[in-house]
Amino acid sequence: MKIGVVTFPGTLDDRDAARAVRIAGAEVVPLWHADENLRKVDAVVLPGGFSYGDYLRCGAIAAQAPITRAIVDAAKGGLPVLGICNGFQVLVESHLLPGGLIRNEHQHFICRDQRLRVENIDTAWTNAYQLNEEITIPLKNAEGGYIASAEDLKRLEGEGLVAFRYLNGNPNGSMNDIAGLRNERGNVVGLMPHPEHAVEPGFGPDGSAAMRSGLDGLKIFESVIKSVLEA
Amino acid sequence: MPKIIVEVMPKADLLDPQGKAVANALHRKGYGKIQNVRIGKRIEIHLAEAPTEEDLQGAAEIAESFLSNGVIEDVVNIHVED
Repeated sequence: MKIGVVTFPGTLDDRDAARAVRIAGAEVVPLWHADENLRKVDAVVLPGGFSYGDYLRCGAIAAQAPITRAIVDAAKGGLPVLGICNGFQVLVESHLLPGGLIRNEHQHFICRDQRLRVENIDTAWTNAYQLNEEITIPLKNAEGGYIASAEDLKRLEGEGLVAFRYLNGNPNGSMNDIAGLRNERGNVVGLMPHPEHAVEPGFGPDGSAAMRSGLDGLKIFESVIKSVLEA
Repeated sequence: MPKIIVEVMPKADLLDPQGKAVANALHRKGYGKIQNVRIGKRIEIHLAEAPTEEDLQGAAEIAESFLSNGVIEDVVNIHVED
């Protein structure tokens, strides 16, 4: 089981994403933005941070990178792809997911442990959760306001393509409290909060049992391993 | 040097945080008549020679597909300058 973790110039969370993949039990294959070769990975993670200075729009230039073109082609063939934060922005700019992400409504960077509801578990990245399970993982962004046309929004809600929704207050002005989406096929998932920062005791959000004990992000990575093994 | 100028603006019905911050600052400076400020982008594409019809068509394509994102922005103008 090999999971690729992409590094663009400016990516911050590739090492944490790689660590999460290893903790979940898969082998990490580092993928470089200028490469076109996916190195026979079974799934890909586009981590958070920034990419190419986020010039033009967040994720816009990364969407044109050689590795991203290869990922888009493979995703259309069913390769599981997860985009976290800037990776989510890359997925919308690549048109693998609809809509766009704009500056937070309140104009401030936000960093907090965020409560979410998992609203769709029929995907490569959420199948290890219970339907409507409530989880807490860190959120940290300045451009996390999800927007889409009225038509797209209606389709997303109607077809159950909202994978994660914000609970206990909308942190960034996202339409319909949308925190994450899936595509029709269920192999592509993008979300603004960071599951890779909630996978290891001592380093996650505060849990009910102990401080920093939250591991709610781990099931994302366990899900994809399960989905590839069962495929 | 001949250039194609592409102008992109945030969609009218979306919040433009940059414009809002600038409008607030201008109000503080005493420009009370200003109702609203919106900030977009001007992108200059420099060419060695005067652009052909084909070049302009190409510019229109990249303006829509890459220089702007139709979900959040509109291409409001494309023109040529010397």
